[in-house]
Amino acid sequence: MKSFTYERVDTPAAATAAFARTPGARFIAGGTNLLDLMKLEIETPGHLIDVSRIGLDRIEPTSDGGIRIGAMVRNTDLAADAQIRRDYGLVSRALVAGASGQLRNKATTAGNLLQRTRCPYFYDTNQPCNKRKPGSGCAAIGGFSRIHAIVGASDACIATHPSDMAVAMQALDAAVETIDTAGKTRRIALADFYRAPANTPHLETVLAPGELITAVTLPKPVGGTHIYHKVRDRASYAFALISVGAVVQRDGRGHVAIGGVGYKPWRIKAADAELPRGAKAATAALLAGAKTTHENAYKLPLVERTLASVLAQAKG
Amino acid sequence: MKFDTPATNNPIDQLKVVGKPTNRIDGPLKTTGTAPYAYERHDVVPNQAYGYVVGSAIAKGKIDSIDLKEAKAAPGVLAVVTAASAEMLGKGDFNTAKLLGGPEIQHYHQAIALVVAESFEQARAAAALVRVQYTRAKGNFDLATSLDGAVKPPAVFGTEPDSRFGDFDAAFASAPVKLDARYTTPDHSHAMMEPHASIASWDGDRLTLWTSNQMIAWSAGDVAKTLGIAKDKVRLVSPYIGGGFGGKLFVRSDAILAALGAKAAGRPVKVALPRPLMINNTTHRPATIQRIRLGATTDGKLTAIGHESWSGDLKGGGPETAVGQTRLLYAAPNRMTAMRLAVLDLPEGNAMRAPGEAPGLMALEIAIDEMAEKLGMDPVAFRVLNDTQVDPEKPERPFSQRRLNECLSIGAEKFGWKDRNPKPGLARDGRWLVGTGVAAAFRNNINEKSAARVRLDRNGLVIVETDMTDIGTGSYTIIAQTAAEMLGVPLTQVEVRLGDSLFPVSAGSGGQWGANSSTAGVYAACAQLRTAIVEKLGLDPADAVFEKGRVRLGGKSVALAKAAGGGEIVAEDLMEYGDLAQRFQQSTFGAHFVEAAVDAATGEIRIRRMLAVCAAGRILNPKAARSQVIGAMTMGAGAALMEELAVDKRFGFFVNHDLAGYEVPVHADIPSQEVIFLDEVDPTTSPMKAKGVGELGICGVAAAVANAVYHATGIRVRNYPVTLDKLLDKLPDVA
Repeated sequence: MKSFTYERVDTPAAATAAFARTPGARFIAGGTNLLDLMKLEIETPGHLIDVSRIGLDRIEPTSDGGIRIGAMVRNTDLAADAQIRRDYGLVSRALVAGASGQLRNKATTAGNLLQRTRCPYFYDTNQPCNKRKPGSGCAAIGGFSRIHAIVGASDACIATHPSDMAVAMQALDAAVETIDTAGKTRRIALADFYRAPANTPHLETVLAPGELITAVTLPKPVGGTHIYHKVRDRASYAFALISVGAVVQRDGRGHVAIGGVGYKPWRIKAADAELPRGAKAATAALLAGAKTTHENAYKLPLVERTLASVLAQAKG
Repeated sequence: MKFDTPATNNPIDQLKVVGKPTNRIDGPLKTTGTAPYAYERHDVVPNQAYGYVVGSAIAKGKIDSIDLKEAKAAPGVLAVVTAASAEMLGKGDFNTAKLLGGPEIQHYHQAIALVVAESFEQARAAAALVRVQYTRAKGNFDLATSLDGAVKPPAVFGTEPDSRFGDFDAAFASAPVKLDARYTTPDHSHAMMEPHASIASWDGDRLTLWTSNQMIAWSAGDVAKTLGIAKDKVRLVSPYIGGGFGGKLFVRSDAILAALGAKAAGRPVKVALPRPLMINNTTHRPATIQRIRLGATTDGKLTAIGHESWSGDLKGGGPETAVGQTRLLYAAPNRMTAMRLAVLDLPEGNAMRAPGEAPGLMALEIAIDEMAEKLGMDPVAFRVLNDTQVDPEKPERPFSQRRLNECLSIGAEKFGWKDRNPKPGLARDGRWLVGTGVAAAFRNNINEKSAARVRLDRNGLVIVETDMTDIGTGSYTIIAQTAAEMLGVPLTQVEVRLGDSLFPVSAGSGGQWGANSSTAGVYAACAQLRTAIVEKLGLDPADAVFEKGRVRLGGKSVALAKAAGGGEIVAEDLMEYGDLAQRFQQSTFGAHFVEAAVDAATGEIRIRRMLAVCAAGRILNPKAARSQVIGAMTMGAGAALMEELAVDKRFGFFVNHDLAGYEVPVHADIPSQEVIFLDEVDPTTSPMKAKGVGELGICGVAAAVANAVYHATGIRVRNYPVTLDKLLDKLPDVA
C-alpha cells in the first residue's frame, strides 16, 4: 500500500470540492473493495476523501411515485427496508445473496455499483491486465476464464461486473444521480452507466473524475413476482457464476437482467419482449453474439436453464 | 519403553478420564482470543521489526538483476535480504525448492527477497519498490500432457511405487464384468486459517523462532541445515497453531526469511505470508490422473484390481501416493498398482491431510460404485462381499482390527439406506433431484516414537512437557487426560506444555499419528514417574495404586504433593515400537454416507446430510475426535464440490490464489453432520490402544458426494471437483 493522506467531509459539495483540490483522490465510504485493492497496490490513490458521513443515508419517495435511495445507505439497511422489501423485492433478494453480513453492514449503495471485477488476473500485479495497467494485455483470454464474460467483452478484456444489487437495479430501470466538481447534478440511467471495455477497459463508468454518486432512484413499483436466482458453486459467500434477476407479471410479461456474463448487468429490452414466449426465446435475444472461451461456454445453457427455472417459479 | 507385544491391562483401561468426552483445556484461551499465535507474540522479545516477502513474478527462469535502491531508501526500511546477500543458503531435508530463490527461479511466488522495516505498512510498501528483471525459461505446467515422460519414482516413506500380486493382466482380461475408467483430482490448497508466520530473534549465534509448525524436531533440523548452523543453536517455539493440514509439516519461507531478516536488521523480525502469496509460495496437494481397472465374477467377487496414478512435482520432489489404499482395501487374488511421477514446474507438491488416500479414494470409491452398478448390486453389499481380513498382498499378515463391514452396515441402518431406489435419477423434491451415496474410508495407522518429560511438583501438580504440537486437534487435552489417568489426578491438576524444541522430541502432528503416538510417549514418561514416586516412598511399584491425588499401597496412602516431598520428581521416557506394525496391518476404517440434491435446472449441488461411521481403535476424547471428523468431512465436501487450484498452463501458477478464488465450504454448504465411533480398542498399536482419526475423516468423503450426485442425476462425473458445468448438458430439459 502506498502512503496516502485522508480527509473526512460532511457534505456532497465539500466532497467534490475536496476532489477538485486533490486530483487523483478517491472517495471512500464502506471501503470493502477499495482498501483491499490499495493493499495490493492495484489502486494507489494519494488522497482519500471519506464520504461516509455526508448524509445521503435516507430512503425516500420521489415525486413520480418511485423511490430515492441515498448513496450512503448501507446494503444491510437497504435489504431490510420495509418498502424495498414490499415494492422492490428483487433489490432486497439480490443484496442478501451477495457478500456476507459483515460486508453488507459496511458496503454502501453507491459503492456497490462501483465495485471492481473479481478477475484473478486483475488482482495479481505480476500478470498483464489491461484494466489494471492499460496496454499490458489480457491474461484471462487464453487463461483461466471460467468466471469470465460471454457478452459485451473485447479483445482487451473479458472481465465481469461482480455486483448482485446492480442486476436487480438494472432489471428495475434504476437511475444514478450525481454531483460533479462544478456542483452540477445529473441523472444517468443505469443502463448507460457502465462503459463497454472496448480497448479502454480501465474506464468502467461514464462518471467524470470527481463526480460523486448521490443517490440511486427506482421508478414507480411495477408489481409482479420478483425472483433473484444466483447460481454459484458454494451455497453462500461466493460471486455469481451467473445470476438471473427477473420481475414477471401474471400475463408472462416482465423484465430480466443477467449477472456474471458481462462488464455490466446484462439487460436487452428486446429480450424482455420475448419473455412471454419463454426462456429459449428470451435467452437467444439476451445472449445474441455471445463469445465464449472453452472454460465459460457452460454459461450459455446455464443462463437459459436458470431463466427457465425462474419463469417456472414465477408461474407458481 | 519399548512396545513390542500387544498391550494387556494397564492404568489407561480404567477410563476414568481417557475416553470421556472432554472440553479442550485450551478452549477458554482460544475462545477469548488469548491463545498467543506466532505473529502475536509481542511479549516474547522487544523491538520487533516487520518483514514482508517479495515473491517471484515468474514460474521458471532466472533473475537478471534486482534493483534495491528505491526499496532501501523507502521510509522505515531497515534491511533487505536477497539470495545474493544471504550467501550459501542450504536447503532443508523436507524442502524440494529453495525457500529463498535466486538467481534461479524454481516456481511462481518463490520468495526472492525480504524487506524489513519499522512497521508492517512500511515493509509492504517498500517491497513493492523492489525492481526485478527476469529471463523466463520454458516450463512444464500441464500434468495431462506429461504422462509419457513420467517415470517410476523412488519409494516414499517405505512405500514402493509399484506392486503386483497374482496375474492381474490375465485375470482382468478374462473377467466377465469389467470396469476401466480414468479419474482426475485437481491440485488442492490447505487453506488453513492462520497463515505461515514466524518471529525470529538472535542472541549471538543462537536463534529463537516463534513460529507455526506441526513438526518441531524436523523443522529445527531443517532451519539449522538451511542456515548452516548447528541444530542445538536453534530453538523453535510453536505452542498454538491455527490449522496446518500438512502445510506446516515443514519449514517455510516465513521462518527462514525472518531469521535472515533479523540477522540483517540486527533486531527481532516477524514475517507472515500474505494470503495471496501463500498458495504458490508454500506447498499444495498435487493433482492426480488415475486409471482404475476392476474385474469381477458375475456374482460380485472382485478377481482383479488395478490402480495406476500419475502426479507431478518439481525436480527432486515425490509422487502423490494415491494407490496405497488400493493394496489393502478389498480382496482380489490378482492385483497391480503403479505410481508415475512427472516433472512439473508448478509450486512444490507435498502432504495435505491424508496424502495419498484422500485423492486415491476419490477415484477408487467412485470406481467401486460404478462396478456395483454394472453388477446390479447394492454398493454397500458389494463392498461387504469383497472385504478382506488379511493384507491381500501378504495373506499371512492379518489386520490388527478391521471392522469396515460393521461401519458400512451400521451406517446403512442409521442413514436409512434401505429406502433407496437403486435406479439413479428418480427421486425428486420439487425442483431438486435427490440422491444418496456411500464410500468406504480407509487410512493407515502409523506409530512414531515419541518422548515426554513429566514433573510432579511440590503442590502435587503434574506438568507434562513434550515438543508435540496442537494444530487445533486437541493434543493438549488428550495428553492431559493421559497424565491424569496414569497418575490418578483430576485434569485440573495437570499442566501441559507443548511445541518447544527444548522439550523431549515427540511424534509431532502429521499422518494422523499424533494422538496415539504422543500419548503413548506420555504414558511411558508417566510410568517412569510412577516408579520414581513409589521408589521414593520405599514401596514396590508393581502394587501401587494412583487415585484421587494419592498413591496407595496396602494400608499406606500418601498425597502426591507430599510424595514430592518439598522438591520435584521428574521422569522422562521415550516410547519406541517393535515389529507389531509389521506383523499386523494397522489401519483405520470408516463409511461415509451422503445425501445430496441437485437443482434440475441449474445443476447446483447442495449436500443435505452426511454421516460417518468410524472404527479407529480407542477414541481418547470423543468430543475432540468428533470435531476432527466433522472438520475432515467438510474438507472432503470441499474436494468434492469446489476446491481446485486453477493452473495457468502458459505462465505456470495457481491463478485463484486467495480465498475469494479458492473456495472452501461455508456453513451453508454443510447442513447436517453426524459421526459414530465404533467401540473399539486395538492392543497392537500402543498401551493407549488408540489410532488416528483426523485423516480417516476425509478419506472417501468426496467419492460419497460424487456417488450421491450420480444417484441423484444419473450423471457420472469422474473429474473433480463435481461442478455444475460438468452436469448441465446431461440434465433433463427444464419444464
